[in-house]
Amino acid sequence: MTDAAVKQVTFHVRRFEPGVDRAPHWESHAIPLTPGMTVLDGLWKLKELSAPSLAWRSSCRMGICGSCGMLINGRPRLACNTQISELGTDVVAVAPLPNFAIIKDLVPDLRPMFETHRELMPYLIRDDVAEQDDPTLEYWQSPHELEHYLQFSYCIKCGCCMAACPTVATDPQYAGPMPLGQAQRYNTDSRDGGFAERKEVLSGGSGPWRCHFAGECSQVCPKGVDPAKAIQLMKRELVSDLLRMRKRRDPAPVVQPPKGPRREEIPAAPPRTAGEA
Amino acid sequence: MRDRTLWTWHIGAGLVILVLLGLHMTIMHLNATLGLVGVGSDEPIAWENVAARAGSIFFTVTYVLLLGAALFHGFYGFRNILMELSPGRTLRTIINVGLSLVGVALFVFGTWAALAAPGAASMGG
Repeated sequence: MTDAAVKQVTFHVRRFEPGVDRAPHWESHAIPLTPGMTVLDGLWKLKELSAPSLAWRSSCRMGICGSCGMLINGRPRLACNTQISELGTDVVAVAPLPNFAIIKDLVPDLRPMFETHRELMPYLIRDDVAEQDDPTLEYWQSPHELEHYLQFSYCIKCGCCMAACPTVATDPQYAGPMPLGQAQRYNTDSRDGGFAERKEVLSGGSGPWRCHFAGECSQVCPKGVDPAKAIQLMKRELVSDLLRMRKRRDPAPVVQPPKGPRREEIPAAPPRTAGEA
Repeated sequence: MRDRTLWTWHIGAGLVILVLLGLHMTIMHLNATLGLVGVGSDEPIAWENVAARAGSIFFTVTYVLLLGAALFHGFYGFRNILMELSPGRTLRTIINVGLSLVGVALFVFGTWAALAAPGAASMGG
């Protein structure tokens, strides 16, 4: 194959370096398209061939870590999870996620999102702190109880939902779909007992009340999570609690692991690497 | 008052409006349809019909209830729109207090009008 036969793809990249550039600007670069090339692969090729100072954030290359969220052809997506061929065009416009400050080029400042996330206590809250720190038994949970929150636990905190949310774009008080979805994930977990603590934050002005239910967060989530649903379920739970109609439950009890012969095809757990006495 | 409580009242007021506005629309605007099944009056805005409703405790209560629900629902929605313009703390307080005062004043005035209506109707009759 001659060079002329190699298909090219043009990347329009939005670039910005605070302190150097007065405003973001677009750069265009053509690179050879190879079969199976993702947008992230394209960025690496671009960096290799013509834009060595281009900055972005990425790590796992397999849609797990949530680092490479960016605006690709006008839609928040994971660069590693987006094949250029699936975009249906040979022009790829790449910009940093909207609704965040820009650190450099395609690197958004996600700290405000994670600070809000932390404020909503996204972890199991229980009285048995010693058991949590040094587990001796297991928290009992049925498969049905797991189903209540399972899809929300697939969130990888990439920020795509925050970038797509029109309320986050206009209302700085609003916590946003990711932190709220994760608060609901833990409120729904049968092992958790932290609803009373989280509701103190969620009942205020930053809670789910400002959601307009545009549903864009659920549309763009690369993991198929439905934060819009989580927010509506959260509203229902909080209002039920206010009206004293919420079913109260104790956190799941601590139980012995199931006894019986171990299935041979299941490998044994690796030795502990932390928390040893 | 916390947003959770206000939002719950907002939804509750919406339900009240749904029922009472439905009643209002049925009585005032579906008279021709209701006439087909032998209920309702031919002219809901005829003076004697207006006076009769004004003198009814049932209608007075529903008018006051609808007024309160509509005012709260509307003003809370308007407040939310204003809050999305990201006002500062002082302006937020002004908006909250201002809208509350205007809402209460309108409710008092409307309630007075509903309660005074029977007297006015008898004078007019």
